Amino acid sequence: MLLSNAKIGSKVKVISLQSTGLLRRRMLDLGLIPGTQIEVIRQSPLGDPIAYGIKGAQIALRKEEAKHIKVDSME
Amino acid sequence: MDDKDPRRFEELVSISDSVQTMYGDELTDSIVKDIYTFAEAITKKAVTKKSQRKMNFDKKIDDLLTSRILGFPIMFLLLGVVFWITITGANYPSQILANLFFWLEDKLTYLFMAADSPKWLHGILILGMYRTLAWVVSVMLPPMAIFFPLFTLLEDLGYLPRVAFNLDKLFKKAGAHGKQSLTMSMGFGCNAAGVIACRIIESPRERLIAVLTNNFVPCNGRFPTLIALATIFVGGLVSSRYSTIVASLFITLLVVFGIAITLIVSWILSKTMLKGVPSTFTLELPPYRKPQIVRILYTSLIDRTIFVLGRAVAVAAPAGLVIWILANVRIGDMSILNHLSMFLHPFARIIGLDGFILMAFIIGLPANEIVVPIIIMSYMAKGAMLELESLAEMKELFIANGWTFLTALNVMLFSLLHFPCATTLWTIKKETGSSKWTILSALIPTAIAIVVCFIVASTARLLGSV
Amino acid sequence: MGLTCDSCGKGILKKKFNIKCGEEFVVALAGNPNVGKSTVFNELTGLKQHTGNWPGKTVVNARGNYEFNKKKFILMDLPGTYSLFANSVEEQVARDFICFGRPDATIVVVDGTCLERNLNLALQVMEITNNVVVCVNLMDEAERKGIFIDIKALEEELGVPVVATVARKGQGLDELRKRVFNIALGVENPKPKKMTYSKTVEEAIEKIQPQIHKILKGKLDSRWVALRLIDGDKTIIDSIHEYIYDDKILEIQGEEVLVNGR
Repeated sequence: MLLSNAKIGSKVKVISLQSTGLLRRRMLDLGLIPGTQIEVIRQSPLGDPIAYGIKGAQIALRKEEAKHIKVDSME
Repeated sequence: MDDKDPRRFEELVSISDSVQTMYGDELTDSIVKDIYTFAEAITKKAVTKKSQRKMNFDKKIDDLLTSRILGFPIMFLLLGVVFWITITGANYPSQILANLFFWLEDKLTYLFMAADSPKWLHGILILGMYRTLAWVVSVMLPPMAIFFPLFTLLEDLGYLPRVAFNLDKLFKKAGAHGKQSLTMSMGFGCNAAGVIACRIIESPRERLIAVLTNNFVPCNGRFPTLIALATIFVGGLVSSRYSTIVASLFITLLVVFGIAITLIVSWILSKTMLKGVPSTFTLELPPYRKPQIVRILYTSLIDRTIFVLGRAVAVAAPAGLVIWILANVRIGDMSILNHLSMFLHPFARIIGLDGFILMAFIIGLPANEIVVPIIIMSYMAKGAMLELESLAEMKELFIANGWTFLTALNVMLFSLLHFPCATTLWTIKKETGSSKWTILSALIPTAIAIVVCFIVASTARLLGSV
Repeated sequence: MGLTCDSCGKGILKKKFNIKCGEEFVVALAGNPNVGKSTVFNELTGLKQHTGNWPGKTVVNARGNYEFNKKKFILMDLPGTYSLFANSVEEQVARDFICFGRPDATIVVVDGTCLERNLNLALQVMEITNNVVVCVNLMDEAERKGIFIDIKALEEELGVPVVATVARKGQGLDELRKRVFNIALGVENPKPKKMTYSKTVEEAIEKIQPQIHKILKGKLDSRWVALRLIDGDKTIIDSIHEYIYDDKILEIQGEEVLVNGR
């Protein structure tokens, strides 16, 4: 499953990053490393971006970024 | 190898390349992961979570402020309330300040008369410099002293990142960066500050878009103008009980219109001169923090208000002097100011203004704050009126000079959309390092201002003639 | 001693960062965005500079001064960043200042409510310099969230001074000033715990470190530079070029200029 498809309110775990280069770097620095838990918190009134709870911070990612992150449902 | 040998770098580059081809991203991931694992281990040893009590407060506020249905209305409501408080609160102190300044003007005039000083000296110093200063201070100071703290409060609470969150999709569609709404927020204070804030946008293409469009957010040099005109011409349309509400609503609409223009221009730029796809975007939504009231008051009043006012005063004094000379030195049977305005008048009429107004905008290039004082002085130099102590008298003066609701509307639109002030242009030059973009940042808004005013004026003319 | 930038230091501070330092000690202030770094800055310096509450607000490096125990300190507010991997201009500015500017002490402000995320940056700073003070801010918020931080244990785990603060209430700042003072004057000499990476990374380091050491001749910690290169960070090469060798290269091109004796 891709992070961009995860349901609002659900909890997921990072499996791998599909992006490369600078974007991959940035995602890693935000704490998106394999095994990290992510809570899908809320979406913007217009549907995109979506705010995720990552290692204690609330971080909004656009769909374009979130679809590069492979995750697994934790339920 | 010698210490001075530049080949060392080439060697470093080749080492880096060989490592990269050997391992690729694998090691990068590993490095970051190892650090985080280490951090996790340390945290486990030093941190204990006692209660699992969740902080639901933030979540509830966010549910409301970013709600699908209420998110946008709340945003506009907050903006409207800020304007309403500003307009209502500024009215009374403005009046007091104006009275004070004109009382002092009378005293100063007596002094000049007692000293038997020449008429031109009194004209230049009192009617030129002093009056412009008095107007700028009494009209600008109260709204700024109210608006800045209110806006800083929203900023300190952590609301602005939520605005960016709500609006991001629109910016993405316009090919711009989500953080552009943050730089626009800075523009409310001062466009030059907004342009500097564009540094937070990393992609050069999107940064340039944000720089070029920052001007469509009315800065504090223009707010007092908009507020004054909206109060007397828009608020004046309804009974006095509702006039401030209607005026606030109108200003809110004007700001929303500015945002719409920002998005449209951003979209056009990203389809034409600044082609490209939106770059990556991550935005942290920080927890809401209790605002530091004392610091807010201090910074917004001392750092911002006094700073902006100081700049306005520094520009207003010499400008007042120049205007008085232009208005009083005659060539033939008309003042220089009249000649210039006559020259601009035909064109100004087409876009719903008049020659004096257009000239005021041009002379007001150093600082937007002085545009209305210039208009007032130009009219007064024509001998229509001798003193101006309140907004009501300003309205009379304007109407006596042929203003209608439509004129006021066009002045407000032109003020919202026209070229940035000299300080902002200078900042754009410094930030972009390019004369081309600096010139465009003046031309694009001006063209839009002319087109919009032309459309409004023509539509009104057509409707009026039917 | 961890990193050695013997040839640079104060000269670079003056030349590249426009800081004149005679009797004054230079202190860098690093931290993630939204951890109250600017509040710490304001409280330390008394400079009434506005602190916004959004990421990346520190677009201009702010500078301030303060005095403690009759010594003068210059405080440099570095851009708020999540890491020092030079993914952005801001991160590069922060990294270059800490690495090549060689401040007398570096304060890393971390958020007590999400320590783990913030330690990421602190650990990266500790790889560059030993002279680090970790300032755990927002202690009151952490407490309200039921998070308790054992400062002593954290200090032991990290190997550098750790100070708990509530900057907006001015709590803990005297202790922070004291620890910075101690480090800057060499009263305290922290020995930060150095990261040990997983096997493949350590192997790669081992492979290239000797080569790098030969090139740098001890001017920078070769292990750290090796890590950056393994990381694929080319900006470090540019920075080494700019901050360490730039003048020398100019001298070669100018030819008539004599090399200053070292």
